[in-house]
Amino acid sequence: MSGLVTGIAAADAGQRCLIISAGQSALHFFSGSFELYGCEGNPLEAIAGVGKEHPYSKLGVERIQRLAEEVPAFFGKMNISLVGNPTRNHYRITPLGVLKPAWLTMDEYARVEDVSQMPWKRVAICDIEGFLDFQPDFLASGCAERGVESTVIPISLPELERLRNNPTEMRATNIAKELTGDTLHRLAQKINQASGDVDAVLMPTVVGLLDAAAVEELKKQVDKPLHFVATMPPSVPGIRTQITLRKRFQELGGVYMLGDTVQSGTIVDGRLQSIRTANHGEVEFEADNFVLATGSFFSHGIVASSERVYEPILGLDIDASDERSEWYKRNLFEAQPYMTFGVATDSDFRVSHKGQTLSNVYAVGAVLSGCNPIKEGCGAGVAILTSLHVAQKITRK
Amino acid sequence: MNNEQHTNKQSFEQCVKCTICTVYCPVAAANPDYPGPKQAGPDLERYRLKNPRFYDDTLDLCLNCKRCEVACPSNVKIGDIILSARLKYSAKRPKLREYILANTDVMGSMATTFAPLVNASLKLPAVKNIMDRTLAIDHHRTMPTYSSQRFEAWFKQHAQAKQENFDRSVSYFHGCYVNYNHPKQGKDLVKILNAIGYGVHLLDKEKCCGVALISNKMEAQARRQAKVNINSIRRSVAAGRPVLTTSSTCTFTMRDEYPHVLGVDNADVREQIVLATKFIFEAVDAGRVKLAFREDYRKRIAYHTPCHMEKLGWSIYSTSLLRMIPGVEFMMLDSLCCGIAGTYGFKRENYPYSQKIGEPLFRQIKSLGVDLVATDCETCKWQIEMSTGVTVENPISILADALDVEQTMKLNK
Repeated sequence: MSGLVTGIAAADAGQRCLIISAGQSALHFFSGSFELYGCEGNPLEAIAGVGKEHPYSKLGVERIQRLAEEVPAFFGKMNISLVGNPTRNHYRITPLGVLKPAWLTMDEYARVEDVSQMPWKRVAICDIEGFLDFQPDFLASGCAERGVESTVIPISLPELERLRNNPTEMRATNIAKELTGDTLHRLAQKINQASGDVDAVLMPTVVGLLDAAAVEELKKQVDKPLHFVATMPPSVPGIRTQITLRKRFQELGGVYMLGDTVQSGTIVDGRLQSIRTANHGEVEFEADNFVLATGSFFSHGIVASSERVYEPILGLDIDASDERSEWYKRNLFEAQPYMTFGVATDSDFRVSHKGQTLSNVYAVGAVLSGCNPIKEGCGAGVAILTSLHVAQKITRK
Repeated sequence: MNNEQHTNKQSFEQCVKCTICTVYCPVAAANPDYPGPKQAGPDLERYRLKNPRFYDDTLDLCLNCKRCEVACPSNVKIGDIILSARLKYSAKRPKLREYILANTDVMGSMATTFAPLVNASLKLPAVKNIMDRTLAIDHHRTMPTYSSQRFEAWFKQHAQAKQENFDRSVSYFHGCYVNYNHPKQGKDLVKILNAIGYGVHLLDKEKCCGVALISNKMEAQARRQAKVNINSIRRSVAAGRPVLTTSSTCTFTMRDEYPHVLGVDNADVREQIVLATKFIFEAVDAGRVKLAFREDYRKRIAYHTPCHMEKLGWSIYSTSLLRMIPGVEFMMLDSLCCGIAGTYGFKRENYPYSQKIGEPLFRQIKSLGVDLVATDCETCKWQIEMSTGVTVENPISILADALDVEQTMKLNK
């Protein structure tokens, strides 16, 4: 997502951009919410206390607030409606029925403003029979803990029964491909017949893969207020968001190359001159500025061998311990040091190579060192805000 | 290319079970009997390594489009794993139908000899019904037509002698389609290359690239043909001639399937096997050659990205060339599989899924009201023409039609 956000912001400001992406993005695991900092109350207050190595410290609280306030409009231009406030967290509901703090949540998702005051007394939860990536019992028990009564509505439709031929691949995305037109209408009828006297219907995110039309349609056809709850990946709204962002980037004149891997680059006098990719062999891609948005270990933005942690494309300087024993803590649930590993950057997010800062190469998002997205709940905030910041920086150069 | 990543048979260990591949699998979306790339590939590979009995014939439903590999964030060679498993474990041996469909060059040689007769018969409903009943080649399918004169014969008679007059030269791997079905595409390439100052030569020996042999499990024959081709390509490269192609699938097969699936090493010449559009674009982009276009050329053209072109990542070259033509109103179609996948869509058991897979693409094409669809793959051409009624041309043919040959020759003197 960092790559696309940077690309869109820069292309919108008149830059000619090319994105080279090794496979699909982390948006395929999207929960429907962005986190700025996972705490109760005002995330900006918590951010003021992070260490100086944290990407947020390089941005500064004032800039974070300014950039954060631009984000809903940035996505709003693409008809992605996000609700939330950078000075007060709300809560999203996980697939396991737990409430987690969130900064922005897509409009179609269920959200809770105040944990002590749930917005519903009684809800109906839709259970698509045979679908294993959403367990209504977890959600029901999560609701019960917070004093919300729930009934589970089992849903089965012939089109979805057909998908059960292949139970391991009965995924949210395959279900969403079926839930359109008449099938969607019959789904709404079943929900209306079974929901009874409830304040809201909660439904797994299995609707609206290519665009949000089916989501709007179902909301219209279901009598009670309908809210969606995240499934396990792949994420249907995440893929829809990915498609929307890519489309917007291309409409702005950007070129998007999927399924290719940047393999090397030529550094001359503290500048990256060009890069080469797997698919294009000897072709050198030259640019005034380069942005590294390659993610962390999971996306191979940084790689750990048994001896060392390194950045695989250019061999950039890394913030990581040389001692393997310092990479992790024995207790799995403690903050794991390796989570903070990433490329080293200066205060402008420029990377360095053998101690020398590269004047035209920036890093954004999860490849950055200094934060622990899982423990701190700051992954999306760091990704989006560093991307917008770097795009603005490049544009004003 | 990082060959280690591709040839490493254990790349399935890199799979994190994220299921992103299944999201983009055109078959899984159309046919729930197909287990999907994750399960058919890395998941079951683990079991197959323990005991080949875990091999499952539903793997034959894979079209080898490689869209799973393009989508995979972990660089797992999912398509290669599935295709290799089919070759290694399947007990189903090719039958007469598979021999007929896969031996495109043998069939082409016979058919071109009697082209008018063959073309007329292949249009007859009675003949199609017989083929459907006896061979299970679906009768709905429009069969490709054959040319009376092969490209090679035309080249030797009309073009070969002139090619020595150029300082710079390339070799052309024309493939079966240009040789037997549509020599005009090859003639168009010769016209463009000669105009920009390159002589064109044929390879010493050219065999069918073997893509259909691989997908129909005729691995040994495919490997023999691959070796002949790579040896010819080596001689061409040694003589200073890169090898150009006009089919994305032949290109992809010779560059990637040879080493990954057939184990035929091509590392020394792989970079020299390129689509003509890439070669020409790079030459124009670097200022080595110049193109001049006819002022009266006007067309509304939409480009379709063939699956193997998506995998090569090269549609940017073909589309950039088309965009250079002043009279072209250009549109990019969504990158979706057309459903034919070479011989796959000809088979009766696959035909309905083939059409269902292509449906979103056909709908988009029909809605745009274009004069032409441009694409770099001949089987996509057959499928789109049959299913939409819109004429499909290779970008090279469009470029040749739009080119002001005299002016271009002057510019490149």
